[in-house]
Amino acid sequence: MPGLDPGIHVFVSVASAWMAGHRRAEATPFFERLRPAMTEQAALSITSTLALDIAGASFAADLSGALFWEAQRLLVVSDLHLEKGSSFATRGVLLPPYDTIATLGRLAAVISRHDPRTVIALGDSFHDRTAHERLSAEDRDAVAVLQSGRDWIWISGNHDPMLPRDLGGTIADEVAIGPITFRHEPTGACGEIAGHLHPKARVSARGRSMERRCFASDGLRAVMPAFGAYAGGLSIRDAAFAKIFPENGFVAHLLGDRRVHAIAASRCY
Amino acid sequence: MPPRILKIPAEPATLLPDRFQAWFAGRGWSPRAHQLALLEKAREDASALLIAPTGAGKTLAGFLPTLVELSTPAIERDASARQSLVSTGRSVQRAGGLHTLYISPLKALAVDIARNLERPIAEMGLPIKVETRTGDTPVSRRQRQRRYPPDVLLTTPEQLALLLSSDDAPFLFSSLKRIVLDELHALVTSKRGDLLSLGLARLWRLAPQIRAIGLSATVAEPDQLARFLVPQPDGKEVAADIVIAGGAAPPLVEMLDTRERLPWAGHGARHALAEVYELIKQNKTTLVFVNTRSQAEMLFQDLWRMNDDGLAIALHHGSLDVAQRRKVEDAMSAGRLRGVVCTSSLDLGVDWGDVDLVVNIGAPKGSSRLMQRIGRANHRLDEASRAVLVPANRFEVLECRAAIDAIAENAQDTPPLRTGALDVLAQHVLGRACGEPFFSDDLYDEVRTAAPYAGLARGDFDDVVDFVATGGYALKTYERFARIKQDKQGRWRVANPKVRQSYRLNVGTIVEEPMLKVRLVRSRSTGSGSTGAIARGGRVLGEIEEYFIEGLTAGDTFVFGGEVVRYEALAEDQVYVSRANDKDPKVPSYMGGKFPLSTYLAERVRRLLDDRRAWNGLPEQVRDWLSLQKDVSRVPGVRELLVETFPRGSKHYLICYPFEGRLAHQTLGMLLTRRLERGRARPLGFVANEYAVAIWGLGDASFMIRNGELDLDALFNPDMLGDDLEAWLAESALMKRTFRNCALISGLIERRFTSEDKSRRQVLFSTDLVYDVLRKHQADHVLLRAARADAATGLLDLRRLGGMLARIQGRITHRELDHVSPLAVPVMLEIGRESVYGEAADELLAEAADELVKEAMS
Repeated sequence: MPGLDPGIHVFVSVASAWMAGHRRAEATPFFERLRPAMTEQAALSITSTLALDIAGASFAADLSGALFWEAQRLLVVSDLHLEKGSSFATRGVLLPPYDTIATLGRLAAVISRHDPRTVIALGDSFHDRTAHERLSAEDRDAVAVLQSGRDWIWISGNHDPMLPRDLGGTIADEVAIGPITFRHEPTGACGEIAGHLHPKARVSARGRSMERRCFASDGLRAVMPAFGAYAGGLSIRDAAFAKIFPENGFVAHLLGDRRVHAIAASRCY
Repeated sequence: MPPRILKIPAEPATLLPDRFQAWFAGRGWSPRAHQLALLEKAREDASALLIAPTGAGKTLAGFLPTLVELSTPAIERDASARQSLVSTGRSVQRAGGLHTLYISPLKALAVDIARNLERPIAEMGLPIKVETRTGDTPVSRRQRQRRYPPDVLLTTPEQLALLLSSDDAPFLFSSLKRIVLDELHALVTSKRGDLLSLGLARLWRLAPQIRAIGLSATVAEPDQLARFLVPQPDGKEVAADIVIAGGAAPPLVEMLDTRERLPWAGHGARHALAEVYELIKQNKTTLVFVNTRSQAEMLFQDLWRMNDDGLAIALHHGSLDVAQRRKVEDAMSAGRLRGVVCTSSLDLGVDWGDVDLVVNIGAPKGSSRLMQRIGRANHRLDEASRAVLVPANRFEVLECRAAIDAIAENAQDTPPLRTGALDVLAQHVLGRACGEPFFSDDLYDEVRTAAPYAGLARGDFDDVVDFVATGGYALKTYERFARIKQDKQGRWRVANPKVRQSYRLNVGTIVEEPMLKVRLVRSRSTGSGSTGAIARGGRVLGEIEEYFIEGLTAGDTFVFGGEVVRYEALAEDQVYVSRANDKDPKVPSYMGGKFPLSTYLAERVRRLLDDRRAWNGLPEQVRDWLSLQKDVSRVPGVRELLVETFPRGSKHYLICYPFEGRLAHQTLGMLLTRRLERGRARPLGFVANEYAVAIWGLGDASFMIRNGELDLDALFNPDMLGDDLEAWLAESALMKRTFRNCALISGLIERRFTSEDKSRRQVLFSTDLVYDVLRKHQADHVLLRAARADAATGLLDLRRLGGMLARIQGRITHRELDHVSPLAVPVMLEIGRESVYGEAADELLAEAADELVKEAMS
């Protein structure tokens, strides 16, 4: 977090973009974006997505961290890590027990926005093997409501190799639709959409920097950001990403406050 | 209560045993009045606060009662019993045992004091054993100290907390007679002071016979500080007696009357380099204080560039390697240095050699702080300390003038006594549960005997206990994971040994900024920022804040360890840099200093501005500047807020001059920008310095004010501290950092792990995520309340902002100008000059994204 100490606070990129004569017409909309903090309402009304083509299929990278395939009306979310808070609590670290509520709330919002026919939870939906047993009755009901009227696929991940049978939906190790394969751990295969790595990227300029979760994609394959409220991140400059994107020419789609931004991975840290 | 200045007691002979009188005489000394006064207080069985300048023999004064008491024949104290008894449990009572506990804020100080005490003890042949206990003390010695305590133990607040959390604390401390608190003025201003106060409250219970001696520099409210030393009864304020050492010669302080042109802005005072060098040359040893590490680096480098005489000039700041710092300190004690460029790292500590001049570069920030720094020169009471203030810009001239006047009046501006923080209380509650089990009612009463917690509400206390037990969440799902549990009688005790272990590893309130080791390596010709082929290893230059490095891209140059270096790569916790040939670093790293301009000095600066006659005491360049301001705009009055609006280039500017310090101004800038945006004034950005806030935008503020579209009284209404503040806090990085500190101190998140638990490091996550979730789902949680209380006085300085907004209501004067005013020039020059920061994440990201587009189109 740069600039926490520096004497000067400036919306500098704003000013400089404007001074450079960029998008003068957009001056007004950007004040919209500077509006006071996102309330719950505002979060629900945000529709910002960024087009993301993977192996010839057209997806929309959603600001929430979900991926929507319009042609299939398919919504994918990865690494929900439900009950991570209570998982820490078992070891004496008493994190606020609201992460499941928060994660399911955001999931409900993105589902209501896109009204998908199918939802894929791309693995590590539960933080540990007994996490589903710690789900409250309310949370179970919330999951059931999300599932009603649509297909739901739980893909297993390393945190949840044994998925619960009593939480609705279908259980699978991977799903292939047309040119696209959905699996938890990325292998680097063409047409693969995976999670597991929790990509995040840091962008720096003139002594300040910003770190966000992101999609990582080179147009042939993609790694999705973690959706869970307490899920941490791994820098896209980590060697794990170099193995998946051999050309090293991939793009990070960063989840900003109000928009998704495509930035070359080489520009990030 | 008026301060009580003690007269020299009538019969020093009865206070000071023969052995001591002979010792004093043998050294050619006679005991000072305040040293005898403390002995008299000891005889009266009273606790006392000694306020004395450096060089007054403060430490010896603090220990004299102990030395005298322990010098009485050993039979009375039953030395044999002390040798034969071994701790077996809580009920063992002994004669002998630990007599005096000394607490200092610095472990180095504890070690130095031990060394200094050895001398009178050896020379008088006193049967007294003195030992230190710090984080560096080997485990075997620590265990021995608990079984066979020394007579005098010198330690730190953290070590005291650790000792108190052990089962045998009652055994160890039951014999304690005295406690000496050194540099109390420095300790009480932070959460360490809160922790110490809670430790004292515990000690008062374990050993009601304890009397405390506090040693302090001069403070604004000695009566408040004296409360810290004695248990506070329910609903009343009581204070220890106060002893004020007199006789110090007033310091000789002057402002550098530069021959050069005074800069409009900046903090480096580079214009005065030659003059500072000349001062070092003319004196034996000069301490040159600056406000930040990077300023120290810059100045050190610049001085060496002109050091044709090869003067021994050294550098000292907190980020340098410890071994490096020790070397500098030793060279100084040995009188081998002519000058040391340093930061607050040398504010405290024992005397170093013969310093005959203190130079303070830049803004003094506060009069008490400056006086303490000046006291580092000439540690002899009867000789005046000499100091030269070097303002770095025109506003700082005003600040220096105000500080010199304040020193002449001996006016103090130390902060008021803290209200005890709830996160520190949480840590203490867990520590208490690690030792003897406790009843809530008892602990509540005990805690409130500590002055900072005297006003603690029962509801807050219960919330803290609930937090320690199960997290304090409205959603009660963690009962089975409780860290502390009640037994059948209702006493709280720690739930399992792992919790105790975790407490011991995480005790303390100092949250260090995440630091990275800086290593010097050979440059790679092309830097891509990846961690690929770089020569690992390399010499360690020191440590640097992680957030600073995060703002750099490979190839950026900055100053570190006295030279300009190029950032090569980051790998794990190591930063690799190479030597750069650049003269000026690409990334300036002025980090506005830790402390903002004090409220008191700010008020004096406003008074100085308002008083035309006082301008005569200012340098001509500054007088001309102010006169011009008077002619083209207005010089603000003491209580009013001057607001200027003017166009410049294609933008419109609004400048206000609250003089409330950088932190409060940053918060004000954030909130004003939000309001202006809502008022359709279309602001684009702002900068803040210690004196002013400048906001610029597309809307013509002058026109809007003229037409009644923008109401300045409404804009500056204190109600901005309501909804606007709330909305900003939701996303403020400063607030998140404040929360992180509370989460770490309270024990919600562990900072340190046992070795077998190291893998947990990898599953750690950002406390920002916890903040977001908790804020949304339980906004009144005790940790958020703790963070909010911190924000009021800490990084956001809300209390001061609130005070200012109340002060200027109905007293706003607006001047509509054609162009920038003289007073506005310094803050305008800050725009784009310093490393900058904004909270608008999307804009930074969009800028980076544009580069991608450009790349694709080219």
